Amino acid sequence: MINLELPKRIEDTRALLRQFAEGGLRPLSRKYDLLEQKEMPEELYELSKLLGGGARRAQSGDAGTDAPAEGVNRNANNMSMVVSSAEICWGDVGLFLALPSIGLGNAAVSAVATEEQKEEWGELFASMAITEPGAGSDSAGIKTTAVLDGDEWVINGEKIFVTDGYRSKQVVVWASLDLKLGKAAIKSFLVPKGTPGMTVTRVEHKLGIRSSDTAQIVFDNCRVPKANLLGNPEIAKTADARKKAFGGVMQTFDNTRPMVAAQALGVARAALDLTLELLAGKGITLDFEKGYHQMSAVESDLYDLEAEYETARLLVLKAAWMADNKQPNSKNASMSKAKAGRMGNQVALKCVEICGQLGYSKAQLLEKFARDSKIIDIYEGTQQIQQLIIARQVLGKSSSELK
Amino acid sequence: MTREVVQRFAREEMAVAARPADEAGALPEGFLLKTVDLGLNFMPIPEALGGVGAGRSPVSNVLNIEDLACGDMSMAIAALAPLSVINCVMDYGTDAQQEIVSQALATADFTPAAVAMMEPGFGFDARQLNTSARRRDDGTYVLNGVKSMVAFGPDAQLLLIFAEAGEAGTQGFLVNGNTAGLTFEKEDYMGLRPLPLYAMTLADVVVPASDKLRDDIDIKQLSNLGKLATAALAVGTCQAVLDYVIPYVNERVAFGEPISNRQAVAFMVADMATELEGLRLMVYRAAAQAEQGLDCTRIAFLAHRNAIKYGMKIGTDGVQLLGGHGFTREHPVEMWYRNLRALGTLDGMLLA
Repeated sequence: MINLELPKRIEDTRALLRQFAEGGLRPLSRKYDLLEQKEMPEELYELSKLLGGGARRAQSGDAGTDAPAEGVNRNANNMSMVVSSAEICWGDVGLFLALPSIGLGNAAVSAVATEEQKEEWGELFASMAITEPGAGSDSAGIKTTAVLDGDEWVINGEKIFVTDGYRSKQVVVWASLDLKLGKAAIKSFLVPKGTPGMTVTRVEHKLGIRSSDTAQIVFDNCRVPKANLLGNPEIAKTADARKKAFGGVMQTFDNTRPMVAAQALGVARAALDLTLELLAGKGITLDFEKGYHQMSAVESDLYDLEAEYETARLLVLKAAWMADNKQPNSKNASMSKAKAGRMGNQVALKCVEICGQLGYSKAQLLEKFARDSKIIDIYEGTQQIQQLIIARQVLGKSSSELK
Repeated sequence: MTREVVQRFAREEMAVAARPADEAGALPEGFLLKTVDLGLNFMPIPEALGGVGAGRSPVSNVLNIEDLACGDMSMAIAALAPLSVINCVMDYGTDAQQEIVSQALATADFTPAAVAMMEPGFGFDARQLNTSARRRDDGTYVLNGVKSMVAFGPDAQLLLIFAEAGEAGTQGFLVNGNTAGLTFEKEDYMGLRPLPLYAMTLADVVVPASDKLRDDIDIKQLSNLGKLATAALAVGTCQAVLDYVIPYVNERVAFGEPISNRQAVAFMVADMATELEGLRLMVYRAAAQAEQGLDCTRIAFLAHRNAIKYGMKIGTDGVQLLGGHGFTREHPVEMWYRNLRALGTLDGMLLA
């Protein structure tokens, strides 16, 4: 029998993370939104440890007993991650991004680093430097280079929009070994903070997620050991192999897009919950048996928002479930990101509108949710990039046919 | 019963016949009899009563509704109307009623039967029906009122009529279509044209107490299952629209290349596919909740709402993507558009 409810193990984690989000992050939300400071919200170190400890306990609890038999449907890491992300982002999406344990480069490093390297680099809080002034969605078009000089890579270039770029302890930077060879020559390198030649030159002032820093980083003859290239240093020889190699890079997006989409679920749910709480004070509550003709315009809007939220949630869960079960999920990952991204914007902004003065005022968090939600429809592939990917797959088009 | 069998039936027996049926305003000759081979009516009926005994499965029902609606919405409703009567009687009928329904509907012939829930006008609410059932001292009931969108009308061998029975609230009555006091008038709609739909007037229709469904009938759950069925109709019909526009926009050339090479066209198709996938998941989730005995009220309600919203959106975008050709009756998109318009008014016609 099909069952589209969360399994108990994940539901339990979700409930714990709701406590974390509500008790740990929510009380800091407005403070760091207003401060918009470069300095790390110091409370996050403790909270991050708390979160890390919980995650390790959950993981060790999983080992063995929960390992599913071959061929059995799994609700594994991707499913847990989207549910967890959504729940933490219910607390605060900016603070979520600022958590050291969430460092966007952490996974890339821990996947390939040797024990000695892990020792040398210390506790991981790695940011991910991909975007450049001239290459955003088109990540294959980056101009930053890495040239081998003896036992060291020499990195030159300029990166922007690096989440946690200012506060992180390490930076994972994408650079090309040979600009003529296009996508296949793009590799990632770990650069510890303090490495000469790497400078944070600017911290962005943003519409939302202000408690998370977004940095510009310049690499000027920045030298790192040869072993800091993460993964395979070889450039694929044939055009076909090169295409495949970049395909591997793009595939990581199939896992990360649902997780970023999950952030929108968290923000939207937060906005809806607060709106419903405020409206309950005015005697407006949702009745899921009500006839459509008996609804006020505000009620009708609320049901719409709930429907959009639930739809996006299921698309995100399905994309994650497919990744857990090793099913090709590129189309579904993009669908989940496209739908959740636009849903998050729509829900958060509508909640501001519904709550009138309270929605617009900084006395409540609704205006902040609306500001925070915008970026989720932009980073990790904009709405339009997702539509492009979906359209190519649905219509059977190549990237040269449908540009 | 595998989905492939139902899907093949939808392609070979329904989709190809949909346009002529729409033009004729009548179901294709012999169509209903062919649906009997699918054996759908036998599934929920216990073995002791001559069925398969597969149990009540809202999940199977939404899948069948989706797959048949992908062939044609009107034909799907006609084919599945008797099954909705069966489902409801299996849930809330007495033993005797279950036997009557099984004998009448689980046969080698197609026996017309339908649920009569809808009432004319707007603002329909299953919890507040205008059709009344008055209990008399001898235990019989007298039904009065007007129903709308009653499939098969006078040809229905069994009609499951819902009426307001005073303090007992909404109750169901199993009545033969030729019972005294029932009069029918054929209705004409912008879509669902092949489907024989009737307005039904009840004037002092006397129904014995034995024909009333059990008192514990759960109108809320029936309403949920009705919403799910409607949403599943949307999923199937929208899939038909998507399946049709994809090759069309890939083959239609303008300015020297397929129009699907343009983002304005391609993104419309991407959004159709995304919203359809989301709607489908909502329907499956609510059906799975119902099947497991969980409360599906919230998700069924939201799925129904989005089915109407995105059913209309996908219907109108389907016409738009074909441009002027979409407006002609040479292509099926205008027919799907008209049929999808019905989603908001189909309350209680089918039950998952």
